[in-house]
Amino acid sequence: MMVGLTHYLTVAAILFTIGVLGIFVNRKNIIVILMSIELILLAVNINLVAFSTFLHDVVGQVFALFVLTVAAAEAAVGLAILVTFFRVRGDIAVDDVSVMKG
Amino acid sequence: MLLQAIAFYLLAATTLVAGLAVISARNPVHSVLFLITTFFSAAGLFVLLGAEFLAMILVVVYVGAVAVLFLFVVMMLDVDFVALRQGFARYLPIGALIAGVLTIEMVIVATSVATHGAAAKSTGPAAPGAGVNNVEAIGRVLYTDYVYFFQIAGLVLLVAMIGAIVLTLKHRPGVKRQDIAAQVARTPASGMRVVSIKPGEGIGE
Repeated sequence: MMVGLTHYLTVAAILFTIGVLGIFVNRKNIIVILMSIELILLAVNINLVAFSTFLHDVVGQVFALFVLTVAAAEAAVGLAILVTFFRVRGDIAVDDVSVMKG
Repeated sequence: MLLQAIAFYLLAATTLVAGLAVISARNPVHSVLFLITTFFSAAGLFVLLGAEFLAMILVVVYVGAVAVLFLFVVMMLDVDFVALRQGFARYLPIGALIAGVLTIEMVIVATSVATHGAAAKSTGPAAPGAGVNNVEAIGRVLYTDYVYFFQIAGLVLLVAMIGAIVLTLKHRPGVKRQDIAAQVARTPASGMRVVSIKPGEGIGE
């Protein structure tokens, strides 16, 4: 019973599609959309770390660290925009964001 | 080896089930809690892969900072989350179809890459503790070849921090604030007035 690279890649692929599905089905709830993006980036990180380990090259883990940084920054700015949007509209339904002109 | 396989399947199943629960939970607070579960079990997968440093960073950064940030925002906003869920059932069939196709494609590609790609000749995961440990190996690469990228990552975080503060800072009218420029620009001429008072009268307006 050997756990190989394929196993990790499969887990990452399924996690990625769960994230995409989350964006699909929660079209209005931007909080869940942001969490789905976090899931997608986590799947990418699993891919990077799995390849890094199986190729015996630590650079993949360094890149995963940078992905983590960007994901944290993205979450912070996204939630800040969400809070500002909530103050203006009193709601977070993102399907009427297009009415905010200027 | 068997123990490792059991741990892998347990952690992988937890990751995927919790990931599904994130996008299907009715209450966003539950979604955030399931997100934390996902990150924890993904950190377990990283430990299994021998990436201890990233596993700990994942727990500290994601569970400690990002998930708590999500929790703050979810609890701070007074939103009717039931109304936001309408359309869930409508988009589910097409979403599930696309997700299924995407999963099958990605698994096929991953399998062929893993069996025919550069990693196919791999002798398995890197042995832990072979000379240098994981943290030392990352540090040796990160602070030499990738030092500029490391600095840029710090800059990205700084800009994100400033951006988040600028976006959420609110200037309420009617609240007195310290205006340092006005204080510094004050001169004796503008701050002081000489009034000559006749004896026995006092200052009348």
